[in-house]
Amino acid sequence: MQTQITIIGGGILGLSIAWGLARAGKDVVVVDEGDQAFRASRGNFGLVWVQGKGHGMHQYAKWTRQSATLWPELSRELEETTGVQLEYSQKGGVDFCLSDTEAEERVNMLNGIRSGLAGDYPFEYLDHSQLKKLIPEIGPTVTGATWTDMDGHVNPLYLLRALYAGFLANGGKVINNQTVSHIEKRQSGFSVSAGITIESEKVVLCAGLGNKSLGPMVGMNVPVMPNRGHIMVCERVAPFMTYPSVQIRQVGEGVVQIGDSKEDVGLNDGTSTNVLANIARRAIKIYPLLAHLRTVRSWAALRVMSPDGFPIYQQSTTHPGAFVVTCHSGITLAAAHALLLSQWIAADVQPNNLESFSGDRFSI
Amino acid sequence: MATAFRFKRIDASTKPVINWLYEGKSLTAYEGDTVAAALLANGIDYTRTTPVNNSPRAPFCMMGTCFECLMDIDGVPNQQACQIVVAQGMVAMRMQGARNTGSNTGNE
Repeated sequence: MQTQITIIGGGILGLSIAWGLARAGKDVVVVDEGDQAFRASRGNFGLVWVQGKGHGMHQYAKWTRQSATLWPELSRELEETTGVQLEYSQKGGVDFCLSDTEAEERVNMLNGIRSGLAGDYPFEYLDHSQLKKLIPEIGPTVTGATWTDMDGHVNPLYLLRALYAGFLANGGKVINNQTVSHIEKRQSGFSVSAGITIESEKVVLCAGLGNKSLGPMVGMNVPVMPNRGHIMVCERVAPFMTYPSVQIRQVGEGVVQIGDSKEDVGLNDGTSTNVLANIARRAIKIYPLLAHLRTVRSWAALRVMSPDGFPIYQQSTTHPGAFVVTCHSGITLAAAHALLLSQWIAADVQPNNLESFSGDRFSI
Repeated sequence: MATAFRFKRIDASTKPVINWLYEGKSLTAYEGDTVAAALLANGIDYTRTTPVNNSPRAPFCMMGTCFECLMDIDGVPNQQACQIVVAQGMVAMRMQGARNTGSNTGNE
């Protein structure tokens, strides 16, 4: 099989770029490993989130904001062209604080990001009584919350479905249930072995945790590590929650989704009752009415984390035409990946400030 | 469509009869019947409307998996009617759409 660009990885990250490229008229093939892969795109929380991202790397804060700003455009185009409704809303979001220390640390962290962006970073700290006006359902022990109007949420499964549909409608091809075993450099371009052989001018690694073993095939070190997060889902209830938070959101069809755990447990996406109990306890402190709801399911998924938590965007120096793209915020960054990063891959024109995301920062 | 002629009850006449209420109507069941089984034996048409598009639904899997049979039972919303045994004087209502967050759970 021959194509212009091979994308390895059929999750939201790979499909965002594939959709952007196909829409720009490129011939693209996506190789998707199948359900034996750790599918972060099927297990994530669904936030389009700016607040708190980029502490210690202002380029990342800026890039995140840029993507959040492009999200309405992405959502409109996907919904119009595919007919899939994304349950997307971006009316602002909160991050709850359950102690004075937590509140102080949060505000300091957001102020740090704000100064890195020369003051252009709208957020506010709301104390308990201010927060109560915005969200009357909060519990008495909630200290406060940080608030920004930049944040929102989306149904990540509908996003994935829309990206697939849009990609296929633009002539894209998907190869399912195939693991990439080798990538070889040819005189011009690459040959990717994945059950069948795909010859292409360029290859883009979007395989999440799989990028760690694929990177060396194109001369790159991709030091990604798994970080486990749990999600718990309550029965459907009438809409009551206007603003999503890092901890809790109510999805379009009414279920309440809870989850803010972070654990380093290797390649283990099983669930732990203790972790679920802790996130439930914290959720009930925030919204006491959740104590009345039944949980109907729970799962865990693995975040794809680099050593500093920021994305890695890089073109190989030993294998020009091979790119690595990895991040843990594939939903938030979907708009930037689809509309901006895809242009870098299509035309070798790197968007501003992307050089800071090179994986070379880890090899010092 | 009502289910009156679709289910045939095996003989349970030696069992005690239970009197209970469905949507304000008096019904009988035999001891040991689940709410869902008793309703199917009585020929009901639907037992809830979905919160997503308000379409009517009735018990389907009868084994606690599909959540199609959610009902308000004795004032507790979203109960699985196929997992609850009918009791004397029980009051069962259809779930109309999504429950509210303020509803009683019966186990506070």
